[in-house]
Amino acid sequence: MKKIEAIIKPFKLDEVKDGLAAENIIGMSVTEIKGFGRQKGHTEIYRGSEYVVDFLPKLKIELVVPDADADAAVKIIAATAVTDKIGDGKIFVSSIESATRIRTGETGDTAL
Amino acid sequence: MISRLIKTITIISLLLLGSQLALAEFDPNTAFGTNNVIEHKADYDALVSSHGDQSYAFDFFTTSMLWTVIATGLVFLMHLGFSALESGLCRAKNAVNILYKNIFIICIGILTYALLGFNTHYPGAFNGWLSIGGPIGDLNASGGSTFGYGGLSLAMTGYGDFIFQAMFAATAATIVSGAVAERINLKGFFIYATVLVGLVYPIAGSWHWGGGWLSTLSTPFYDFAGSSAVHAFGGFAALAAVLVLGARKGKYVNGNIKPILGHNLPLAAIGTFLLFFGWFGFNGGSVLSANPGPLGLVFTTTALAACAGGLASMLTSWLFVKKLDLTMALNGILAGLVGITAGADAVSVWAAVLIGAIAGALVVFSIIFFDRIKIDDPVGAISVHGVCGIWGTLAVGIWGSASLISQAIGTFSFCAVAFVLSFALAHCLKACHLWRVSEEEESMGLDLAEHGQEAYPEFK
Repeated sequence: MKKIEAIIKPFKLDEVKDGLAAENIIGMSVTEIKGFGRQKGHTEIYRGSEYVVDFLPKLKIELVVPDADADAAVKIIAATAVTDKIGDGKIFVSSIESATRIRTGETGDTAL
Repeated sequence: MISRLIKTITIISLLLLGSQLALAEFDPNTAFGTNNVIEHKADYDALVSSHGDQSYAFDFFTTSMLWTVIATGLVFLMHLGFSALESGLCRAKNAVNILYKNIFIICIGILTYALLGFNTHYPGAFNGWLSIGGPIGDLNASGGSTFGYGGLSLAMTGYGDFIFQAMFAATAATIVSGAVAERINLKGFFIYATVLVGLVYPIAGSWHWGGGWLSTLSTPFYDFAGSSAVHAFGGFAALAAVLVLGARKGKYVNGNIKPILGHNLPLAAIGTFLLFFGWFGFNGGSVLSANPGPLGLVFTTTALAACAGGLASMLTSWLFVKKLDLTMALNGILAGLVGITAGADAVSVWAAVLIGAIAGALVVFSIIFFDRIKIDDPVGAISVHGVCGIWGTLAVGIWGSASLISQAIGTFSFCAVAFVLSFALAHCLKACHLWRVSEEEESMGLDLAEHGQEAYPEFK
């Protein structure tokens, strides 16, 4: 099992979700986050004084998929979340040791 | 199946009952009694004649009194406006604290006004400077509930007069509340607000509205609804309070300004709209009767100045700060309102537009100026109420019939008394360690530090 964590632009969520669903990759958790990468922040003005917005709002989506689906999921996310402008985000993949569905007690791929 | 049967039976019986009621013939004689027209007329005649010599004005008096209590309700609503605006422009971790202060002010303000404020504010014949009054008694007594109480210039009962003015009094302390937000010690603020609203405000007010020395200048000082007596007073009390208090932690780092953003701009916008709405009572009620001519003019000048103020601040912040800042637009509307308050019944509609527009532009520069000289005012109260209060008062000397010199003397007096007494009071409280919270409490937020309660406790 692989866990895919993707940091994306907030308005891209629907496209990513629909893209994954179209390939039958179902289920994800979404968190509102703030952060920065190479894009860094930008300056804004509040009541006449400048300040730097260090952290930009992004969404983090997390999904755990069987090993076989991982590459496809990453490709779909990359294809749907892209705007070709700086700040599109990143996708991280890591291995998962176990998974348990709380209601039934199923474990492994069947729990996903 | 059974439950459906019960439902059907219920509906049918309700329909039958309804049709019975609808078909029953309405007979006014059995309903109200045939003689009631005559009885009611007798009651009404007795009510009118209870006004004695003043009964000739009964209808106008009643209408005016009704308008006064409606206007009182509108001014009351301004406290909700202040609460929303102030909490919206501060951080979420201090929202409960700000609301608590606002709730406290309305409670203590009206009570102290009954205890000593009203009779200090309106002492009757006095030396023109200072007369501390006692608690109010039965204001309906000795003709206080008739047109004889104040005639056309104060067409309300004694109680109407009291409650309308009481609602004003609390406003002065509310203005300070916004400027000192996010770092003031709650107990210290309670003491400060009580003295300010209970004693200082009515004493200063008596100089003008109580028939004191400002109203007996050769050309009397003119301040219709309180650009100086309420707003500049509150603004300069706030300035002194902030000077003693210092800036919020993290606002000025290594000599640079680091803006601290408001946590809820929709709430701030609601607050501003409520204040705009309430101002129709603040200025409109200050006509002190339902005299149609002045009432219509005051509503119109008030609205025009507010709109001009809002637009001017939008334009100013767009041209000079290169930013369409909502908080500046909100402050601009309030600046226009504060500006027109002194002359709402004394200037033409186009003068009102100019007064509001200049106030709206002024407030933007003023907010930036105070920020630069490290006077940290989270909501812009000093600029909106202090600076624009002075401007509005002077404007009556320019476009109204008042004397510019009298206006300057008057507004200076209100600013000075508010500043000096607020400064002294703040220093006393500071010496008692009751003025500012500890750094730790400030970082934690006053909601948790002072109240152990969060405005938004649920997991976000």
